[in-house]
Amino acid sequence: MNIDLLFDPLFRLPFLTGLLLAVWLPVLGLYLRLRGEWLAVLGMAQLASAGALGGAVLGLPAVAGGAGAGLLAALAKWGLKRPSDSAYAAMLLLGWAAAVAVMSNHPLAEQAAGAVFDGQLYFTGGGHLAAAAAVLGIGVQVLLWSHRALLRARVHPALGPPGAAIRLAFDLVAGASVGVAILSLGVMASFALAFVPAWRAFATAPSWRGALWRAMAISVTAYVLGFVLALVLDQPFGPVGVAAVLLVAGLAPPWRRRAGRGAG
Amino acid sequence: MKPPGTVLLEALGLSVGYDRPLLKGLDLQLVAGRVTTLLGPNGAGKSTVLRALGEARLRLAGRVWQAPGLRLGHLAQAAEGQAELPLSGRELLALTGATADGLPPWLADCLDARLDRLSGGQLQYLRFWSIAAAPFDVLCLDEPGNNLDARGLAALRDWLHTPPAGQAVVLVTHDDSLVDTARQSVIRIAS
Repeated sequence: MNIDLLFDPLFRLPFLTGLLLAVWLPVLGLYLRLRGEWLAVLGMAQLASAGALGGAVLGLPAVAGGAGAGLLAALAKWGLKRPSDSAYAAMLLLGWAAAVAVMSNHPLAEQAAGAVFDGQLYFTGGGHLAAAAAVLGIGVQVLLWSHRALLRARVHPALGPPGAAIRLAFDLVAGASVGVAILSLGVMASFALAFVPAWRAFATAPSWRGALWRAMAISVTAYVLGFVLALVLDQPFGPVGVAAVLLVAGLAPPWRRRAGRGAG
Repeated sequence: MKPPGTVLLEALGLSVGYDRPLLKGLDLQLVAGRVTTLLGPNGAGKSTVLRALGEARLRLAGRVWQAPGLRLGHLAQAAEGQAELPLSGRELLALTGATADGLPPWLADCLDARLDRLSGGQLQYLRFWSIAAAPFDVLCLDEPGNNLDARGLAALRDWLHTPPAGQAVVLVTHDDSLVDTARQSVIRIAS
């Protein structure tokens, strides 16, 4: 156990990269859950991981490969005739099979697989940080533009679905975010940060605004805890990060509704 | 908003349905400041008419004319999507641009509660209000009285008696207490 590592400048960039993703992924997860697409994160993550490993074999930069594969996975999702959990599960299986096949047959892909599956956050660099900042910045802009349409489609479906441009922009942002995240945090830690805080916030927050803050608070707290523990215990970030998210979400206090509401 | 008396939407010889017509040959004129009520038995196609006013794919024959730039609001019969959703009443109103001004006092106090913590009647009136108080020109209201208690029905009845002057309302209901033949245009649809 080496506490001094926490203050090593070497880990500042990785910490910031993960922090940006820990802020952004739960927000994205809330909107995916709103649309009934939470499993799509895992489907896109697995497809993106296969693409990233394929990119490594072709000699592409890791971040470019991940983001590009994420965008392709988003287009695959967008193009589904009948989006459903079953379709996302099929994406997941296809992505996993392709990733393992590529990894098993090429040494370069085997190295990259360590980053994708274990979550080698501590070896990320400036490119990862720039990509995380980009998906956060673009993603916030897309959500500011599409927020009302996405929520309205859920509570007033008779007013019509969001326009095609909104759906495409949202899917592309989701895909690129997942592609960047899996190369920094790992597949399952990325999924955990997108899924668990949103799951908890949906059940416990008093409002949408409250859910956004609550999900981000759970995610960032869990991320910092996971980062510190993984570094100090010399473990890959992925499994420690997942455990931290589950722990923090489980300990997050429930929202107490005000007396006198909901009678009748 | 359009001046009272302006024709906002007109349907002539309208047939609506999915694979086959549920309802044929409907003539309908929606006028600002006026409520048009569709009455008829279950399965006669009343709700499909409301949907067809906004969805061309449900129109199998006939013609629908809409005033240029018409904004059409639609309150569906079933309240779907609110369960397990962290959305407050105030946020629901903001989604459609509805104002809370004029909301009955018994509901104004609930605006900061989650929708899935409201009673069925509170939620229904808030859903209605999120459409009725939004800047739509035509309001399609499908069974807005569902789940409302006497107080809610009275508030809805009052609103239907004096709808906003610039909005046309088309109402589908089985609740006779909401029908006022003196103030509303009533269209009876046979099964």
